[in-house]
Amino acid sequence: MMSESLSMIEMRNVSKHFGNVIALNDISLKVHAGEVMCLLGDNGAGKSTLIKTLSGVHKPSHGQMFVEGREIRFKSPAYALDAGIATVFQDLAMIPLMSITRNFFMGREPTVGWGPFKRIDWHYADRIAMAEMAKIGIDVRDPSQPVGTLSGGERQCVAIARAVYFGAKVLILDEPTSALGVKQASVVLRYIAKARADGLAVIFITHNVHHAYPVADAFTLLKRGSSLGTFRKDAISREEVLNMMAGGAELESLDAELAEFQRDQGAASDSSASSAAHPGNGTPLTSG
Amino acid sequence: MNTMTQTRSPNGGDERITAIPFWKKALRRPELGAVAGTILVIAFFLVAASGTGMFTPAGIMNFLEVSAQLGILATAAALLMIGGEFDLSIGSMVGLAGIVIAIPTMEYGWPLWAALLLAFACAVLVGWVNGYLVNRTGLPSFIVTLAFLFILRGLAIGLSRLLTGRTQIGGIAERIPGDWFAALFSGEVGSGLFAWLAAHGWIGTNFAGNPVVTGIPVSIVWWLALTAIATWVLLCTPYGNWIFASGGDANAARNSGVPVRRVKISLFIFTALSATVFASLQVMDTGSADTIRGLLKELEAIIAVVIGGALLTGGYGSAIGAALGALIFGMVQMGIFYTGVNTDWFKVFLGVMLLVAVLFNNFVRKKAMESK
Repeated sequence: MMSESLSMIEMRNVSKHFGNVIALNDISLKVHAGEVMCLLGDNGAGKSTLIKTLSGVHKPSHGQMFVEGREIRFKSPAYALDAGIATVFQDLAMIPLMSITRNFFMGREPTVGWGPFKRIDWHYADRIAMAEMAKIGIDVRDPSQPVGTLSGGERQCVAIARAVYFGAKVLILDEPTSALGVKQASVVLRYIAKARADGLAVIFITHNVHHAYPVADAFTLLKRGSSLGTFRKDAISREEVLNMMAGGAELESLDAELAEFQRDQGAASDSSASSAAHPGNGTPLTSG
Repeated sequence: MNTMTQTRSPNGGDERITAIPFWKKALRRPELGAVAGTILVIAFFLVAASGTGMFTPAGIMNFLEVSAQLGILATAAALLMIGGEFDLSIGSMVGLAGIVIAIPTMEYGWPLWAALLLAFACAVLVGWVNGYLVNRTGLPSFIVTLAFLFILRGLAIGLSRLLTGRTQIGGIAERIPGDWFAALFSGEVGSGLFAWLAAHGWIGTNFAGNPVVTGIPVSIVWWLALTAIATWVLLCTPYGNWIFASGGDANAARNSGVPVRRVKISLFIFTALSATVFASLQVMDTGSADTIRGLLKELEAIIAVVIGGALLTGGYGSAIGAALGALIFGMVQMGIFYTGVNTDWFKVFLGVMLLVAVLFNNFVRKKAMESK
């Protein structure tokens, strides 16, 4: 039923080449309003290239992209922002030495006045920044304090609150919870759920299945630049997701290796115990 | 005032939020170190140079003029450094701009205003090329502008020797009267005011009955105006926010929709223009141009900016700080002369001051980032 409604964002057969490296190969995906799509894949699978293409940092080599059914071409990230695609990058696009308000309105400062006397409306900007932060349960004592003084979770929330405030229809989150503690991650996850309830389309990249599974509606798996398919949540269990994320076969072989390693350890400690009993036979520490 | 604001707000606000103490707000200002340094330097010379005439109206004008010349360059260098780049070609641009003003005027009979306009056009071009190359190649601006330090100086010497056979060109002073554009760079402002002050005995008069200070040199007016404009731009305009963002993290800024390339190119153009303003003031003042003018000015400007609290890596600093840095520079340079210490020691003092300023500013910034 969902798939029949108009998708908020869609990629159709998108490829991206860097010279002779095929970073993305024929990717198609759709995310609807009020839906969280979880993007999974190992390092080098093309997740970063995919979101950078969606956010206008890279231009696709082939294929088309649509926002609300209209085809789009981004010349720069600013165009993607204008089209309602907001990306919260892993490095947050936050500048630690700048104030919360300066960061919040970076690139889109509210102004008053005219001509050469046009200036930032600091009163309004401070008020909005504080109000938006309060909405997600973060008390900003002083909007002129540097962002560097905030905790990781708070910074992440500033970045998301900023994206939502500026009318994002599509929210792309690049591993928003990877560097956070349990409590801070839950703040971010709750906020993602809230964004979905507000009718945003969310694309969420993570390595943590415990973060991904509760909030995601669908999972798309990338491997070596290609899509292995999109799975709806009701069609896939948490364990299957985990297997897809980690690469089940690799985990099994890792288990086997670990078992081997433990056996070796056991043997080694036996031999060291025996050499301790006969110190005269011990191997000399220095040789030659 | 502090005790008043620390009482909790009764109406609605978060009861855990108390007003931020004044000292914490002060710690967050980049120019704190420069303010402290300025007070220290003034106090020092008030004692060490007392009775030498350093702090008479004439003496003050003297060191302010030295500060102003450097301050004009430092303001632009500050904006550029906050924007995350250096311009080492400022000093050479001063030399080249002087030549570009002097040669058409003295050799080809151009009116002075046309030569000045040509010099400013050249500055726009040089700034644009600097900025374009830095953006395009991704090389550190240190390297790109170091190349232009040599290229521009070489051009100045080469062109003037080729076209005039000399490296010094004089006689420009007699072209100034009546030139509308040159008037912006020569003479003094407020002579009426100073005559009035002298008539009322507020400032001294010389043997002929004229006031000892006849007006404020136009360079000081330029300095103050540029500092005021730069401060306003940094603190109050979107463009100012873009400068901080470009220097703080160019990638993050670009991803947020800040036109980083345009910001940087415009800042390089501004430093080249400020060098040309400096050159124009100097040519009008001395009536001559010389290819070696502006030597080492790029480093002096950077020193003033760093003393003013700017971060070498960008994203942090202030134009007022740079102005104070230039003020300290001027005061020390002239103060050493007044106190009778051998001026050879000026550079030792300068180096030590730079080191102390950087250490102090680092310490302050760390404190500011801790104050949650």
